Amino acid sequence: MTLKDIALKNLKRRKAKAGFVFVGLLIAVSSVVAFVTLIESLTHDINTKLEQFGANILIVPKTENLSLNYGGLTIGGVLYEMQEIEQKELRKIRTIKNSANVAAVGPMVLGGVDVKGKKVLLAGMDFDEVPMLRPWWVPQGEFPVKEQVLAGSEAARVLGLSRGQAIETGGRSLEVSGILDPTGSQDDRILFAPLPTAQKVLGKEGRISMAEVAALCHGCPIEEMVEQISGALPGAQVMAIKQVVKGRMDALDHFRRVAYLLSGIVAFVAGLVVLVTMMGSVRERTSEIGIFRAIGFRKSHVMRIILFEAGIISAMAGICGYLLGLGATRLALPFFAESQGVSLSLDPVLFGGAVGLSLIIGLLASIYPAFLAARLDPQEALRAL
Amino acid sequence: MPFIQGENLIKEYGSGESAVLALRGIDVGIEKGELIAIMGESGSGKSTLLSILGALNTPSAGTYRVGDKDVYRLSQEERADFRSQFLGFIFQSFHLVPYLTVKENVMLPLVPGRMKGREKGRLAEEALARVGLGGKASRLPSQVSGGEQERVAIARAVVNRPPILLADEPTGNLDSKTSRDIMDLLRGLNNEGMTIIMVTHNPECAQYASRILRIADGLLMSEERFDKSLLTPGGSNGSEIRAYAGPAPL
Repeated sequence: MTLKDIALKNLKRRKAKAGFVFVGLLIAVSSVVAFVTLIESLTHDINTKLEQFGANILIVPKTENLSLNYGGLTIGGVLYEMQEIEQKELRKIRTIKNSANVAAVGPMVLGGVDVKGKKVLLAGMDFDEVPMLRPWWVPQGEFPVKEQVLAGSEAARVLGLSRGQAIETGGRSLEVSGILDPTGSQDDRILFAPLPTAQKVLGKEGRISMAEVAALCHGCPIEEMVEQISGALPGAQVMAIKQVVKGRMDALDHFRRVAYLLSGIVAFVAGLVVLVTMMGSVRERTSEIGIFRAIGFRKSHVMRIILFEAGIISAMAGICGYLLGLGATRLALPFFAESQGVSLSLDPVLFGGAVGLSLIIGLLASIYPAFLAARLDPQEALRAL
Repeated sequence: MPFIQGENLIKEYGSGESAVLALRGIDVGIEKGELIAIMGESGSGKSTLLSILGALNTPSAGTYRVGDKDVYRLSQEERADFRSQFLGFIFQSFHLVPYLTVKENVMLPLVPGRMKGREKGRLAEEALARVGLGGKASRLPSQVSGGEQERVAIARAVVNRPPILLADEPTGNLDSKTSRDIMDLLRGLNNEGMTIIMVTHNPECAQYASRILRIADGLLMSEERFDKSLLTPGGSNGSEIRAYAGPAPL
């Protein structure tokens, strides 16, 4: 027989007390696991959505000019000389360290054209990348192919364009393949054509005005990718489209802080439950501890018995709390996540963390009762017999 | 010098006006192999004296030596080791650990040691066989009679073969026949060389002692010594008829 055997036998005998400690720790660990997995799942969910959100990095030529455009209004009609980037330069984006995170690169050429006597912006773009870069676009008709254009809703209204109509511009005849449903963005006021067509119309073959990049940010901060692309394209200005990402991440960070605060409170309360229960257990066992001490058990032996008991319960609560927390998250996730089918997986790091947390709470809260037990004067303890 | 020697043992509980002097200066010397009975009225200080002799209760003054060890100069942990190696305890109400089996209770004093589990088990079985409980090793204390619980307590006290056995009212909760059986058992251990010190109210039990120390009001009032050479075999249940050798010099 060993100290461990004594501890195990005592646990079996005092099932109610052990159960109380177990439940206290179980609630704490499962709450923390549920909060953490919920946050991680929601973060993953948001990241996945952001990946589907379209371009999140913008590449424009470097310029010394400051924009006189705000909210769609151009002050004083001042136009700067437009600068361009060589289209072939964009290949360098595929050479950056995080190139695997680059989902799509959308070159775009911009220029003003006359249509039916009115000035309108013509944008040339790679329509193969549109589902990734503009997933929200809904065209009435088809995306344009060679010698065709897609009209933004406002541009179509102002120019009186309809599907199948031909327009004359830059000495070429372009057919309207479709009209975009309103997007609420500047896209509504633009005509879109395939990149080679637009380059020819604008006389900018081999050059682009800007490029949009859809970066898969999950596991890679977008700022890092911006730096990497800036390094690859020294003549370009690279910017992250942060507003939406930041807004969502701020909300999630707020939720995370609240969740961690609640986890801390629950863990603290669980610690108190363990402390009070173990103190009660030690008081109940005064006579038994007196016998142990009288027959030659050292203080450290008594402490080891108490701490081993706490350790066993804590480890069990850690394992069960992890599983319970995962189960609770599975139930709660549909109420929090917008995406359907957000998956939960067994995470060995979180599992280790859950068991570790349980052990830390259980053992820390049991140190004082164990110390009191070990400090019991055997003579005093035996008087209680 | 006696094997066990207490000099001017004083024990005071509490302080100030509420202080109670449980022992007022007791000298005691016990040789190896003696069987000592400490008798006295309730509150006379006999249990306090036993607890001091058991290295459980630090005296307010005086010295207590066992062999070359000044017991109360040892640290608390060294004293725990001393109790483990030198002393066996039989408590008044047996005080077995209720959730451990009879055999596990007997093994308890061996737990702090580094002995292998199999060896601990063997020693426990031997001790149980010695007290006649070989067949009840796997029972819980609640599943054996009072007399058998006392035997378990004895087996636990002697399992690590300590040189000194301390017994507090070893027959206090037993009927007279069981009491005689237990005392015969203790005498057998004493005959093998174990020094036994017991506190008892029971004059019949005290008859088994080689010396009776009578305590009153924290003082050693008298000492009766029995000469073993005058003992003759016989008597009921195989016990011996005791021969009084007169009061021992104090």
